[in-house]
Amino acid sequence: MSAVLAILTRELRLALRSRMDWLLPLLFFVMVVLLFGLGARPNDPVLAGFAPSILWVGALLSMLLTLDRLFRADYEDGTLEQLCLAEAPLGLTVAAKLAAHWLLTGLPLVLLAAPLAVALQLPAAGLPALVWGLALGTPVLSFVGGFAAALTVALPRAGLLLPLLVLPLLAPVLIFGAGAVRAALGGLDAAAPLYFLAAVLVLCLTLVPWAAAAALRNAFE
Amino acid sequence: MSLQPFQLEIRDLAVRRGPRVLFERLGFSLSDGEILHLQGANGAGKTSLLETLAGLRRPASGQVLGLPEERGLHWLGHRNALNLSLSVLENLEFWCGLNGASAQACQPALERVGIWKLRHRLVRTLSAGQKRRAALARLLAQRRPLWLLDEPLDGLDRQGLELFAQLLGEHAASGGGAIVTSHQPLPAGLSGVRNLVLSP
Repeated sequence: MSAVLAILTRELRLALRSRMDWLLPLLFFVMVVLLFGLGARPNDPVLAGFAPSILWVGALLSMLLTLDRLFRADYEDGTLEQLCLAEAPLGLTVAAKLAAHWLLTGLPLVLLAAPLAVALQLPAAGLPALVWGLALGTPVLSFVGGFAAALTVALPRAGLLLPLLVLPLLAPVLIFGAGAVRAALGGLDAAAPLYFLAAVLVLCLTLVPWAAAAALRNAFE
Repeated sequence: MSLQPFQLEIRDLAVRRGPRVLFERLGFSLSDGEILHLQGANGAGKTSLLETLAGLRRPASGQVLGLPEERGLHWLGHRNALNLSLSVLENLEFWCGLNGASAQACQPALERVGIWKLRHRLVRTLSAGQKRRAALARLLAQRRPLWLLDEPLDGLDRQGLELFAQLLGEHAASGGGAIVTSHQPLPAGLSGVRNLVLSP
């Protein structure tokens, strides 16, 4: 547990020192969503229909902005070598880093989603499904994105490759996340898509840290 | 506290980097109390050998036997593994936390390398030599029998070189061993140093 605490403390401390690193993706999210609203006709009811997709795609893209830095700084300053050789299992270390990434980028998106959804005129009936969906889906974005970041950490221009790797993998999360909101708006039960997201999250929590750890070790080969 | 004894033996080791064989049929041994100075031209495979011994890289063939077990080795690479946005003490406390060592070990380690006064300074404000000293403090904060040091003298001034010689001497005297790559001669006064030259 001391290793997990050490990682979380370090990541939160670094976030406090470099506030723009996690504030910029949030601002990006807010701007993308509001620009959609500004681009639509005033009081256009169609906008509410697109709101779930706009919010989910906005969240996905803003988290994507942060992925390239997830392991790169540690790779470049030699920290990653030490993490591979540390007493704490690398999978646990990776899990702690991904958890910190979600706390700093995913959780604020979840908290911002409801007010932004209101700005897009999403009916109140869709808000719980939206927030629950993002609460289950954004950790998946962190974990799947983290795996892709680990795969590309040693590549010189990974920033271009990352979206191509991550976006197809996250398509089901987007479909079920936005689908849950649409189901709630249509008066249907949103539980099924949310359960699917929960299942994907459990799968990611279980497998991704160890797969990402193997990818990081491979970066030194 | 005495260090765990070990008898490292390398047999017929070959290491590749991509399609290129860096070296093959390499064999040597290292016991506790010994220091091996690894030399060779650029590209001869010194860093790759250390990475292989540390477990960062898989050998193409051959065997590495007798590595000290758990908590057995320290690796100091070209890069210092210090985050520039954290202070010296925060960096060292992080490594102690990650390796299950007490944070109380940080003060004596930083005092020993002469940078305790700089402990609250952000690493980005330190000189190259001060950063190297901070990296050396990590070796002292948690005692491990085998040190694998890749160009540890980089950036050190004359006092730094003397300090490094003392630290290495004390480590060997207490039953530790070290493999050190360096293009320059190791500081004078070290006993028990063997040389190994890698040829490309």
